[in-house]
Amino acid sequence: MREAGSGKRETYLTPDPVSVDHLLGEVSSPERGGLCLFLGSVRSGEAEQVTAIEYSAYPEMVEAEFERILAEARARWAEARIAVRHRVGVVPAGEASIAIAAAAPHRVEAFDACRYVIEEVKKRLPMWKKELRGDGTTVWVDPHGHPVEAGPR
Amino acid sequence: MSAKVGTIRLRFFARYAELVGRAEATLAVPLPATVGDVVRRVRAELPGGVDLPARPLAAVNLKHVTLDAAVADGDEVALLPPVAGG
Repeated sequence: MREAGSGKRETYLTPDPVSVDHLLGEVSSPERGGLCLFLGSVRSGEAEQVTAIEYSAYPEMVEAEFERILAEARARWAEARIAVRHRVGVVPAGEASIAIAAAAPHRVEAFDACRYVIEEVKKRLPMWKKELRGDGTTVWVDPHGHPVEAGPR
Repeated sequence: MSAKVGTIRLRFFARYAELVGRAEATLAVPLPATVGDVVRRVRAELPGGVDLPARPLAAVNLKHVTLDAAVADGDEVALLPPVAGG
């Protein structure tokens, strides 16, 4: 289980912008020479202008699911250290909605662990997004019918 | 054996919460029962429930499950729209 600071456990969900420096500080260490950072950001859209995405969550299950995903990643990449945050609430276009940092002795484990976490998040994390558009309308995003996910698939 | 009844705590999220006009409910179900049984009852009995899909994603006590998973008295059953995190 992840320990933050003096044993006080931070949550993975946050309404505030993610501090990348803080996240990197949680994982970096002299013996970990590879560090991979993934940021998924809200896209402004092509046909329709998206001004922001409102993220909603099943918060207790998000915490539990992140614990499971990170435990799986630690089991596969034992020397990796991983930190993650997901925004909840309104995230303006251009801002990061998710940030994942993975540090490991070598680059391959860092890349692989980081990629594992974002791919599992896409499949399993109980969160939903509603697009807020420039014309004042709002639309729930169907992850299958409307490809607005950030990052590689 | 006397028939047992379990109380299930229901939670709805995102578009599903809008369809049923609430985020939480409780449901009494005869046991044994599955998540699929709970979904059928919700669709039949809750206002707006008929608009929920017959086979939604579901979680019991904060874990993803399939609709044939058993439920027990006091379980929290959540019906989840297709997830869209990240």
